[in-house]
Amino acid sequence: MSNIYKAFENGKAFIPFVTCGDPDLNTTAAVVRAAAQSGADLIELGVPFSDPVAEGPVIQAASMRALAGGATTDKIFELVVDLRKDVTIPLVFMTYANVVFSYGAERFAKRCAEVGVDGVILPDVPFEEKEDFAPICDQYGVDFISLVAPTSENRLAMIAEEAKGFLYVVSSLGVTGVRSEIKTDILSIVEVVRKHSKVPFAIGFGVSRPDQAKQMARCSNGVIVGSAIMKIIAEHGKDSPPFVAAYVKEMKEAIVSL
Amino acid sequence: MSRGRFGIHGGQYLPETLMNAMIELENAYNRYKSDEAFNKELETLLNDYAGRPSRLYFAERMTNVLGGAKIYLKREDLNHTGAHKINNVLGQALLARKMGKVRLIAETGAGQHGVATATAAALFGMECVVFMGEEDTKRQALNVYRMKLLGAEVVAVKTGTATLKDAVSEAMREWTSRISDTHYCLGSSVGPHPFPTIVRDFQSVISREIKAQILEKEGRLPDAVVACVGGGSNSIGSFYHFIGDKDVALIGCEAGGRDVHTFETAATITTGRVGIFHGMKSYFCQDEYGQIAPVYSISAGLDYPGVGPEHSYLHDIGRAQYVPITDDEAVDAFEFLSRTEGVIPAIESAHAVAYAKKLAPEMGRDKIIVVTISGRGDKDCAAIARYKGEQIDE
Repeated sequence: MSNIYKAFENGKAFIPFVTCGDPDLNTTAAVVRAAAQSGADLIELGVPFSDPVAEGPVIQAASMRALAGGATTDKIFELVVDLRKDVTIPLVFMTYANVVFSYGAERFAKRCAEVGVDGVILPDVPFEEKEDFAPICDQYGVDFISLVAPTSENRLAMIAEEAKGFLYVVSSLGVTGVRSEIKTDILSIVEVVRKHSKVPFAIGFGVSRPDQAKQMARCSNGVIVGSAIMKIIAEHGKDSPPFVAAYVKEMKEAIVSL
Repeated sequence: MSRGRFGIHGGQYLPETLMNAMIELENAYNRYKSDEAFNKELETLLNDYAGRPSRLYFAERMTNVLGGAKIYLKREDLNHTGAHKINNVLGQALLARKMGKVRLIAETGAGQHGVATATAAALFGMECVVFMGEEDTKRQALNVYRMKLLGAEVVAVKTGTATLKDAVSEAMREWTSRISDTHYCLGSSVGPHPFPTIVRDFQSVISREIKAQILEKEGRLPDAVVACVGGGSNSIGSFYHFIGDKDVALIGCEAGGRDVHTFETAATITTGRVGIFHGMKSYFCQDEYGQIAPVYSISAGLDYPGVGPEHSYLHDIGRAQYVPITDDEAVDAFEFLSRTEGVIPAIESAHAVAYAKKLAPEMGRDKIIVVTISGRGDKDCAAIARYKGEQIDE
């Protein structure tokens, strides 16, 4: 077991996502530190992939900028080595199956453990295919994090029962991105998840505003925000850290005591 | 737990949001594939609407010019809509209708699968949205117009390299946002299980017919079957009923682009390595960190960085051979077949013709090669003219 449980010990968790290397890795390091100091409980570090099929336009564009800027898996591991000098909150990688498969699943998991990455999220690896990755992650004490979606229905219990670290609840249909309204009947999903999951669960996809975060945090252990953060970074580039810090602070304050 | 494997290849690597849709599709397919009424309905559509069986034509002039093996052309270009794509689309559209879906979405490269899907949607009164790389909408403007004429919406995909792979990604994204009334009519033998199997089964009518036709004409099986491979639907369809006939060589022709020694190639099996993308484990063109490579071919239909998992398996076990054909060789074959036989092949199919040109003279006159002409070349004339430095208005 990793340290991920610690992210859920300080009220409702706020979990920002940052694409590593957009616009460059130094900015990513500064953004992660700013977020950690402003109340982020866990940070998802996106390892960019050329063709991210679960992402909407904002994170697609961030991934393209990061790759064009020269971000690679090895450089991102080095980024984590640097971050771990002072960042103590749990960090997880979010990337795609081919990035890990190409690096070698075992080599990837081993390196995660060495540098201090607590978990791995692969949105294109469903329950049926996790055998390629999950047992190896387990072996190195890295949590292989599962996702459930509004369409999971009869699959919810099966996935929740084997969840490690935390369970990622996808709030709505479609890809990542800012939504004006989340219409899914999230409570019915949450009810099943709560019954079967031994780990905390956090809701992501489409959350950007404090009122949405409150709505999602009331019925879960935490909220994940990606596209809204990457929009700030797209707008402010290297000057993003204070803007991200202010945003994280506002979002964490909105949900901490719910 | 994983389903749909061809050796190590295949599987179902896709977002959880789509998993129940895949299971629903697999269950429906398993139910209907052996359903007599379904198959009767499909056969009637294939024969009366699409014009099957397609001809197996003895290319006598080509044979004589090359001076070696007898060459037969499997004329999928004669199907309604001008390519083999209609075989799969009619099957999937019928299946989608049985599943209660009222909307078809599809990706397209050269536009042939998009046109076929738009055609089936018109025939069945279904809504249709086709995703096409922006680059390809320029290369294949005529097919864009055909799709719109047939009532489909065409979405020009601007992300990534704005070609076939990006069209597939965007169709997958669209499917995750609207599943209940929509079927993703995937056009090649790629993607997550059960697509590679469904597409292969619906395309296997090609090799079933070749076998019966060649036995009737020659009284024996061919020595080689040659077809072009992008994702690999016409080739797996051409190979399938011969896989058990070990004396029949199966040869897939990949898009070599400017050459396999350059980065401007789409020859996946020749230059790629095993990876996981678009729902499947298979061979992919990629860099050392697993980033999918921006591939290139003159042929929009073969301009794809991956290949179907069954092809990867046939390669691994040595049952099929995969060879790269350059743009120049394909264009040369495009012109050769037009002048020698009066058949203008799709630039995709011209890759298979190009290899047959090399192979036939090396084989004795008592040998037989079947070349699948997967589509007709009208759509390519303007682009080939430009390639040759001639400007024509479509």
